[in-house]
Amino acid sequence: MGSHRPPVYPYKPSPDQRRRGSPAHHPVIIVGAGPVGLTVAADLATRGIATVLLDEDDTVSTGSRAICWSKRTLEIFDRLGCADPMVARGITWSTGKVFRGTGQLYAFDLQSETGHRRPPFINLQQYLAEEMLVARVIELGRTDLRWKNRVTGFQARADGVRLSVETPDGPYELDCGYLIAADGARSALRRLLGLEFRGRVFEDRFLIADVRMKADFPTERWFWFDPPFNPGQSALLHRQADDVWRIDLQLGRDADPELERTPERVLPRLRAMLGPDRPFELEWVSVYTFQCRRLDRFRHGRVIFIGDAAHQVSPFGARGGNAGIQDADNLCWKLAAVLAGHAPEHLLDSYDAERGPANDENILNSTRSTDFITPKSKISRAFRDAVLDLAPRHAFARAMVNSGRLSVAAKNGHSALNTPDRDRFEDGAEPGTSCLDAPIIMGGRDGFLVDRVSTGGFVGLWFEDSPLPAELAALAAAAVPVRTLRVGRDLVDREGLVRRRYDATQGTYYLFRPDAHVTARWRRADAPAIAAARDRALGNDMATALRRAGE
Amino acid sequence: MSTLRTSPNIARPDDVYARLLELHRGLSDDESMRVNARLVLLLANHIGDMEVLEQAMREAIATC
Repeated sequence: MGSHRPPVYPYKPSPDQRRRGSPAHHPVIIVGAGPVGLTVAADLATRGIATVLLDEDDTVSTGSRAICWSKRTLEIFDRLGCADPMVARGITWSTGKVFRGTGQLYAFDLQSETGHRRPPFINLQQYLAEEMLVARVIELGRTDLRWKNRVTGFQARADGVRLSVETPDGPYELDCGYLIAADGARSALRRLLGLEFRGRVFEDRFLIADVRMKADFPTERWFWFDPPFNPGQSALLHRQADDVWRIDLQLGRDADPELERTPERVLPRLRAMLGPDRPFELEWVSVYTFQCRRLDRFRHGRVIFIGDAAHQVSPFGARGGNAGIQDADNLCWKLAAVLAGHAPEHLLDSYDAERGPANDENILNSTRSTDFITPKSKISRAFRDAVLDLAPRHAFARAMVNSGRLSVAAKNGHSALNTPDRDRFEDGAEPGTSCLDAPIIMGGRDGFLVDRVSTGGFVGLWFEDSPLPAELAALAAAAVPVRTLRVGRDLVDREGLVRRRYDATQGTYYLFRPDAHVTARWRRADAPAIAAARDRALGNDMATALRRAGE
Repeated sequence: MSTLRTSPNIARPDDVYARLLELHRGLSDDESMRVNARLVLLLANHIGDMEVLEQAMREAIATC
């Protein structure tokens, strides 16, 4: 089963394994070469930081894992230089349809406006995304990828961590300043640290099958409540790259997982769904239950949990993988600033303070979707069915139909790193919002704002076409530079959408953090205020220090 | 802040009560539960105000 030939990444012994005396020390070790660990490695590499990446396996993941990569994820991958091959290979989509029985309840389009470089989603099976990330990490050349290196022991030390690692050549030890735990939902590090993973486990079982077939179904997300081919349950059909299709079939609470994954049970179900005459091959089949849970804290001293190791959701909403990539985006510039001595170590606590609420929101949405799809009592089923009954005729009920609330860019609205608005804005991107994209012309070529704002450093967007004042030029040359882009001079607002989306007037200035989130904005550029907002975003300012002291 | 109106607001209370019973006549318990759920959803949307709905829910559970 499975036509994808997984690559084998050869295990190579490291000189660290033969070292005598004290273990080798590395500033940063990442555990887990899944999409999130690889993103961390790539992001830190773009910031000039060498890392060691340990993975217990020597290949990419197998089977039905993440498939939907969001616009925000693609923007982050663009910054890291690996989105193009993903978009080229993946399936771009923005519309979905929800059916009940054989009738369509409604359709939705996630692309609400034009003028964005990236679509709301592409579908690309996780193993392909991982292959492309590995290729990019190797290309960036700052990551020591160690396959078949399994972490078996952990010891917290004064200024870092000591790990015990098992390899085909036997065990060895490694020291590091910071340990990034990206080792997935079954995180070994979580277990080694004895941390609780709290939340809800859902009892309903789902059959998840990836099939290869030639089909001319539109490239849309199709979700059924109570379809004729899976009566009383739900179903999902979604296209992936290379003629592979994802099928989720709800089986209910009492289904026998061993029995349900046998071909004798799976094939008739799929034939009933796809039609008796459609040839298909099974790529992968599995029976799952879902969990929505998280660690109380994502940072434990020098150990930082990220992705599924820190939080887990059900698959409805594509909020697992995309959350992990946004975790990495949030963490890496902070870790780089701390390592460079540009920020105090407590800046890393803001990773937890910002990603905690973002992931709570993911868990909330994912839990609600799962509750809607799998009602757990007579009354919850009555309300669910009542919503479906009313949906064809009433728009308010269609808004309650929940087949998954799809991942949107996280907003760090309440972060202490933000400088609250002092000037008046009616709209636009309030502090905490990630870059709103818009078409521009720069260097004589058509392009998009997001690429200019996502440089990995602080960027100022100034709606002013005058010469750059000396104070702003000085900020661009500071130890932590703020590079100002003037709209109308450094870039052209191709369709007037930059001005509109940022609610800009002449002189408006937006300050973006290195992860392309707005951290402050003003109606006029004031260099000392910009410098103070940058310092606040780095955790260097007095207000942040006082707030921390009061905690 | 909007407040749930609990003072008498229905001109002919007996009519409303009778209509509710009539609505469910001949329905099984399961069907009735579903009709009530639809009714709650329709009325909730009509009210629209989360604070009022919260007060109504508190009242509904308090009298159990």
